Amino acid sequence: MPIEYLGLSSINGPLIVLEGVQDAFFDEIVEFVINGTERRIGRIIELYEDKAVIQVFEGSEGMSLRNTHTRLTGHPMEIALSKEMLGRTFNGIGQPIDDLGPIPSRLKRDVNGLPLNPVKREYPRNYIRTGISAIDGLTTLIRGQKLPIFSGNGLPHDQLAAQIVKQASLGEESGEEFAIVFAAMGVKHDVADFFRRTFEESGVADHVAMFLNLANDPVVERLITPKVALTVAEYLAFEQNMHILVILTDMTSFAEAMREVSSSKGEIPSRKGFPGYLYSELASLYERAGIVSGVEGSVTQIPILTMPNDDITHPIPDLTGYITEGQIVLDRNLNGQSIYPPISVLPSLSRLMKDGIGEGYTREDHQDLANQLFSAYAKVGDARNLASVIGEDELSPIDKEYLAFGKEFEEKYIGQGMEENRTIEETLDLGWELLGRLPREELDRVNTKILDKYYHPTKRDEGVTTSASPGSIANK
Amino acid sequence: MNTTSLFSREVMTLSKTGIIYGINGPVIYLKGNTGFEMSEMVYVGKERLVGEVIALDKDRTTIQVYEETSGLRPGEEVIATGDAVSVILAPGILNNIFDGIERPLEKISETGGAFITKGVSVDNLDKTKKWKTHFTIKEGDYVNGGDIFAEVPETRAIVHKCMIPPHLHGTVVSVKEDGAYTIEEPLIVIDPGTGRTVEIPMAQKWPIRTPRPVSRRFSASVPLITGQRIIDTMFPIAKGGTAAIPGGFGTGKTMTQHQIAKWSDADIIIYIGCGERGNEMTQVLEEFGELTDPRTGNPLMDRTTLIANTSNMPVAAREASIYTGLTLAEYYRDMGYDVAIMADSTSRWAEALRELSGRLEEMPAEEGFPAYLASRLSAFYERAGMMQNLNGTKGSVSIIGAVSPQGGDFSEPVTQNTKRFVRCFWGLDKSLAYARHFPAIHWLTSYSEYLQDLSHWYQDNVSPKFVDYRNRLMALLNQESSLLEIVKLIGSDVLPDDQKLILEIARVIRLGFLQQNAFHKDDTCVSMEKQFLMMDTILYLYKQARALVTMGHPMSVLKSEPIFERVISIKYDVPNDRLEMFAQYRRDIDTFYQNVLEKNA
Repeated sequence: MPIEYLGLSSINGPLIVLEGVQDAFFDEIVEFVINGTERRIGRIIELYEDKAVIQVFEGSEGMSLRNTHTRLTGHPMEIALSKEMLGRTFNGIGQPIDDLGPIPSRLKRDVNGLPLNPVKREYPRNYIRTGISAIDGLTTLIRGQKLPIFSGNGLPHDQLAAQIVKQASLGEESGEEFAIVFAAMGVKHDVADFFRRTFEESGVADHVAMFLNLANDPVVERLITPKVALTVAEYLAFEQNMHILVILTDMTSFAEAMREVSSSKGEIPSRKGFPGYLYSELASLYERAGIVSGVEGSVTQIPILTMPNDDITHPIPDLTGYITEGQIVLDRNLNGQSIYPPISVLPSLSRLMKDGIGEGYTREDHQDLANQLFSAYAKVGDARNLASVIGEDELSPIDKEYLAFGKEFEEKYIGQGMEENRTIEETLDLGWELLGRLPREELDRVNTKILDKYYHPTKRDEGVTTSASPGSIANK
Repeated sequence: MNTTSLFSREVMTLSKTGIIYGINGPVIYLKGNTGFEMSEMVYVGKERLVGEVIALDKDRTTIQVYEETSGLRPGEEVIATGDAVSVILAPGILNNIFDGIERPLEKISETGGAFITKGVSVDNLDKTKKWKTHFTIKEGDYVNGGDIFAEVPETRAIVHKCMIPPHLHGTVVSVKEDGAYTIEEPLIVIDPGTGRTVEIPMAQKWPIRTPRPVSRRFSASVPLITGQRIIDTMFPIAKGGTAAIPGGFGTGKTMTQHQIAKWSDADIIIYIGCGERGNEMTQVLEEFGELTDPRTGNPLMDRTTLIANTSNMPVAAREASIYTGLTLAEYYRDMGYDVAIMADSTSRWAEALRELSGRLEEMPAEEGFPAYLASRLSAFYERAGMMQNLNGTKGSVSIIGAVSPQGGDFSEPVTQNTKRFVRCFWGLDKSLAYARHFPAIHWLTSYSEYLQDLSHWYQDNVSPKFVDYRNRLMALLNQESSLLEIVKLIGSDVLPDDQKLILEIARVIRLGFLQQNAFHKDDTCVSMEKQFLMMDTILYLYKQARALVTMGHPMSVLKSEPIFERVISIKYDVPNDRLEMFAQYRRDIDTFYQNVLEKNA
């Protein structure tokens, strides 16, 4: 029944043009057979009467204008869904690559998904304990949130994500079902391997569906990988009532693949050569997180992106920050001081935090404490800047106290072991212990009642001297 | 007047059609001269997706589609409706949430479930609900366009006034009895004198891109009171004014808009979530349903309408959502209400323009934005204003637009062009946000051109000294900023005591006055009177402390007194309904004065 077309009209990078097609529709998936042997798939991205512009996921290498047979599949990009997908590994377009055979399911879904109706969303309020103080205390992760990690090349974002996965999922004592959907776009082989090992070591491998598009895999395939992964995540969360944590890494490769395709289509670029629809495209991924009212499950996203040249104003982190509900920013200077996780707390933020903490969730003092730590640490930056100009000795006594506080805060509060799993009480108490080093009248963000209850001035350890490292925080 | 065609998606008569020739994302092309009109609304393909004609030439018609176009085939039919893209105006708009082209999301979820499917056909407003109607005209009256003919209690807070459509006038031939009617039942019949009578229902239809006509425009004279100190006192906006809130991500644009939407003294709030997060709209829905309006005691949703085009909804509808919101706002203004629009964010709207312009292969200007960006922005902001309506009432539309500059850099085209057309600029600052100083509106970069226009109002309604006090606070903050330059170089210890005092008072102003806690029950919204008394107390403290410093008392002695911290926490310690407590603070300041004198004598 389906017509096969022999030959192509033109090939330009991953884009090919086919003329004389009948009854094709926009966004339809087509199948190619090259030289009668190799199969590839592509998607119609533009359509003019009988002329279709098709994007080939696996790239157009080896295709010629004559050796290719094309067949319209009659459906948009779809993926078969089943609970059996957990514990399996797939390539970037959702085909199994672990030699365990195809997924036995009749249920197929369009990978593009549909926008979730705001009236059917449930506002996320339950926090996820990650056991990492800088996250739990200051940028609390909420179930159903999308909280990206803004990192740079060479920073331990993978370790951090792996630690979150280990501690957040295994820390649950409740009987709720959880699972992880892992999508790798253009990552190195080692990175994919690191995650696979971590999942196995922590015993969650049976609960992970991995979608791998590695650095040497076709670029265009990357554009579909996160959509496939999120379709699976939505299915597991909203139809199988599971709590899903989605890790997308690395979003920078995804955006760069978009730029590559866009420029070969000859589109008008906006910023830094990225297409004007970069925001919409990123949003259509990130917005696929959340909770549907009346459904048990949830989708929580932790996208990881490496900021080109550590520049937070680069279009990729910038547009991401406008869509996601906060961000966790890693800092090269802290990493240089061997502080792990090197989370730069001042630009980090969790927008949903305010509604998921406090009495009934974590503890009544959480919000005030977090505000005070932020504000005190911001002053540390000022004191360090001043010290770098006039020298530490000339600082006023209070500025010196801030320097000492800053150093301790970075070492004890932000810094912790890769295996260390702190409870929320430990994190909060540690915060008060550190604030105890500052005089009470400096604590201007805390309600008087909370201060009376939790503030205890701590005696300074004799050993700690005020030797701050000026300029270690990129505050200004 | 054919009232049934207002709502149905069926197209009644033989309408013009075209055949799809090309598809490129949300833009589709039809071949040949279809006879469609510019800006006409069309139904596209078998799924009847809603679209709008955006370009016409001899051999090609270009259409932008407000829904996902995947699955569309060349050869499918496009049907013209004969009308520009319009909204239905009638009771039922308030306490509701719509998508970018006024389709109620609640209804869509009833038919389509949790996700928004394509080609959904729902009524814009409930046409089966019967509204209690009271007529205010009688047979034989002569009515003009805009005149109010009936009143309907739409929510507990708002009486909806049904108006004659602006282009009609004539003698009333018949009026129904007071009672319950649906929005499309003909309620009155008028004779325009052309020989054919016209039946008028509650509902009217209005094209979103055309401003509703008014009699004349008033200049700004009354502030929109928001309960936020940095806005009301420092950088006020007038009713009918325009303001922009630019800021990088995480600086609190949405929080500021939420605060204004909650506590401002506008009668109606239209909240447009344009290309923003889905969870934020859900939050507004939940929170506003629970919170009560401090002035009327009714739920805030009773005076609120949400237009939600979240960032993953189709981009063409994002472009339209701003105009949909504006048209709804103008409609309520025509009834004599003060309406405030929160547009969050106008940058997403500008980016939607850019995306569509790119698809149309137009010549880009700055950063890929189309050259008409400035004129579209100015046309948008100029629809704000305090107006005399056609029916003689006075109403206003105020626009508060969030701007999300790329990289937090205010020199980008959307911020710069917006700055040209708004009179109030609340610049959010990253370093304030990092230090969790909220609202993070920076006092040195922000401005309000309304200050002059509103000074009479403040003098008459708050205190004759108000403007003077406000300017003194600003002067202290400016002095602080130049002193901090010196402190950065040499430290604060070497400053003379009078300058140290300025730093200390400025700290009191920043922490005690500018910073405001949205989650504290008293501090979240503060009356003008309390704002004035707080200023008064701070300035009195400054006056007394300066007298002490002039006498030669060192700042270290002054600072050993707890009075500065006491004044900072006034915002928490004085409940909004116990303003008499301010007298005690004045006495405390006097005691402080005496104490220092005695201690240091």
